[in-house]
Amino acid sequence: MEHYINLFVQAVFIDNMALSFFMGMCTFLAVSKKVSTSFGLGIAVIVVMMLAVPLNQLIYANVLAPGALAWAGYPELDLSYLQLITFIGVIAALVQILEMFLDKYIPSLYQSLGIFLPLLTVNCAIFAGVIFMANRDYTLAESTVFAAGSGLGWAMAIVMLAGLRERMKFHAIPAGLQGVGITFITTGLMALGFMSFSGISF
Amino acid sequence: MSKSMTATRDILTSPIFANNPVAMQVLGVCSALAVSNSMQTALVMTLAVTFVLVFSNLIISTIRNFIPNSVRIIAQMTVIASLVIIVDMILQDVAYELSRQLSVFVGLIITNCIIMGRAEAYAMKMPPHLAVVDALGNAMGYGVILLGVAFVRELLGSGTLFGHEIFATIENGGWYLANEMFKLPPSAFFLIGLMIWAINVIQRKRG
Repeated sequence: MEHYINLFVQAVFIDNMALSFFMGMCTFLAVSKKVSTSFGLGIAVIVVMMLAVPLNQLIYANVLAPGALAWAGYPELDLSYLQLITFIGVIAALVQILEMFLDKYIPSLYQSLGIFLPLLTVNCAIFAGVIFMANRDYTLAESTVFAAGSGLGWAMAIVMLAGLRERMKFHAIPAGLQGVGITFITTGLMALGFMSFSGISF
Repeated sequence: MSKSMTATRDILTSPIFANNPVAMQVLGVCSALAVSNSMQTALVMTLAVTFVLVFSNLIISTIRNFIPNSVRIIAQMTVIASLVIIVDMILQDVAYELSRQLSVFVGLIITNCIIMGRAEAYAMKMPPHLAVVDALGNAMGYGVILLGVAFVRELLGSGTLFGHEIFATIENGGWYLANEMFKLPPSAFFLIGLMIWAINVIQRKRG
């Protein structure tokens, strides 16, 4: 149990996807103007992450990893060179299915999350979560915990940045630095602050 | 002829500063930040992105009339992912140490929004030769920012460039006290923020 708590805390704070690995920066910087929208995007990232990482873990461990096809009678087969194309295909398909499912069965949720879903196929936070899972050989349980932590960490970071940007509207910022420029510098300061978490462990 | 030459030149040069994909359109930032702590990784990353971008634009533009609109994202993804796998394999074979340093970031070229963005916005509409020029321009724009940031970070962070000593650091008996902050990831944010400021000011002066 301790192992899982440690993994979770590490994924949220120390290895924060947005602020320590700079994953999903395009959406992070572009959709962080308002707290409400970034909250919606954050939830969408958590949901897709928690579906995509464990699903890809199953595929990786049972089909792609070296020797994984032993159950089918091909113990020496190594399909790991196909992992990138498989992962991105699974993520793209998953996002598409989720979008259609929400549209049909939970329209209210589709209204609030729907616009973000297509963005998430090319959100590197999710893809990176999947690649990290494969690189670190997580088990199914570990990958679920890791996905929850990374998703939450990303969502937290974008909501915090959006809060800062809402306040910053009233500040006198040099003309050339307004918009993207100051957002980069603010994110840099946030990342610096997050580094103080390194060293926490249970 | 000369008119079309200027137009082609504009396609090539406008993404370098005025329409820079990283600084102005905020695309492909993830890798620009993460691999910019040394010139060597930045250069290899730029070459890898250039390769993928040029060939993905070329291939997608060549087959653009055969891609049904509803599955175009998947089709583009497949082309890009295949190219990235090729790059990844070449790197592992030619420069194993470097590919270990770049680790997941080579794989992450797939989700680099510059490549997806150019495929979607340009290659799907334009003939192959223009798409290749556009790809080269955008790859240069990406490279300018990446190498610019890496130059400052490696020089001030470790006093070296491409691993060669430029400023002799105190640890090696020299005079330069290396600024450790430039080795840390947040410095990349500050540098790109300042670059955007500089580009904005220069453009405003030009009118």
